[in-house]
Amino acid sequence: MAKPAEVTDNEWDTQVLKSDVPVMVDFWAPWCGPCRMVSPLVDELAEEYDGKARFFKLNTDDNMQTASKYGIRSIPTLLVFKGGEMVDQVIGFRPKSDLKKSLDKAFA
Amino acid sequence: MAEREYDIVIIGGGPAGLAAGLYAARGMHRTVLLEKGVVGGQISLTELVENYPGVPTVNGFDLAQTMLKQSESYGMETEYVDVTGVERAGQKWRVRTGAGDFIGKAVIVTAGAEYNRLGVPGEERLTGKGVSYCATCDAAFFRDMEAAVIGGGDAAMDEGLFTTRYVSKATVIHRRDELRASRILQERAFANEKMSFLWNTVVEEVLGDEQVTGVKLRNVVTGETSEMPLSAVFIFIGQHPNSGFLDGLVEMDAGKHAIVDEWMRTKQPGLFAAGDVRQNSARQVASSVGDGVTAAIAADHYITDTFRE
Repeated sequence: MAKPAEVTDNEWDTQVLKSDVPVMVDFWAPWCGPCRMVSPLVDELAEEYDGKARFFKLNTDDNMQTASKYGIRSIPTLLVFKGGEMVDQVIGFRPKSDLKKSLDKAFA
Repeated sequence: MAEREYDIVIIGGGPAGLAAGLYAARGMHRTVLLEKGVVGGQISLTELVENYPGVPTVNGFDLAQTMLKQSESYGMETEYVDVTGVERAGQKWRVRTGAGDFIGKAVIVTAGAEYNRLGVPGEERLTGKGVSYCATCDAAFFRDMEAAVIGGGDAAMDEGLFTTRYVSKATVIHRRDELRASRILQERAFANEKMSFLWNTVVEEVLGDEQVTGVKLRNVVTGETSEMPLSAVFIFIGQHPNSGFLDGLVEMDAGKHAIVDEWMRTKQPGLFAAGDVRQNSARQVASSVGDGVTAAIAADHYITDTFRE
């Protein structure tokens, strides 16, 4: 799974929380400019961490339930999960090295 | 760390920097654009740009991306790095960044401006958790909740009006007893049922643990303090130029804007400043583009004159 898949409210538990490897979720919406800067960086990470971690994108317009459950109040926001627990978050556009650092906390 | 040589180093990827890059690259100069965040700068957060001549309406982010592609198609390189300092390197300039030094025969500073923060407890900790500087980005997450809008200028009214598409109530909190915003925006704001106004009042603290739950207020006339429960604080209290790394190097006005002549030249030969970072910028996409072009042409002349073999 080298490319991030879309995830919805309904699949959240099975895809993200029950994943056997660390997960990074990109919360985005079509109207959000900076989200479109983050998106290709997440795509690149998905290639680099192929097999080691899974990557998802969640459209906050269509999946308000999950967005509000995690208190998303600004996008882009990236959440990192390990064993169903959130281990880190990145709010706003950050360079790829920061995203990597955040994801690597799930491997620490 | 590695040192990289260019003809022209541009600091900041907003409209001024992108336009400078286009002209510099088309002028056959080896050109690099250094950007610390999102290309486009302030316009990357603007939903609709409606006053860039020749383009009736365009999304700000899309406009910036188009400009970037255009400049890169002529050979401009782009690096995502944070600039920490600029200094002389013989005849040339050294730009220090977190990813090594960039050497340029000329440097064009188009670092733009950034929104002011209130500087109160809770603000930084709760940014992205209810504290926001961009209603068009974040207001959708506060559907049917109450929000505060801090400020009394055009941006506060414009963005405050935008929040009313989502929030149940937007309270404008302003430290004076009247607005500074243009009349048309004031009228729209006063006519909007969801907007109310709290005058002579400042925010002392943003409250909340994981999320914003309220603000602590102080009336500047009576000195009385109070708390107001709400879920979002949108802050629009002006902006300041990103000129910190020019301290002691170029002449600046009281507001820390670089002082330049009509060719965007600072008093330092080979060092130019254009767009919102300079004094008396009109702070428009179109004027910034003009500034950037002027600076690139002036830099071209400077390089030709100074580095003639």
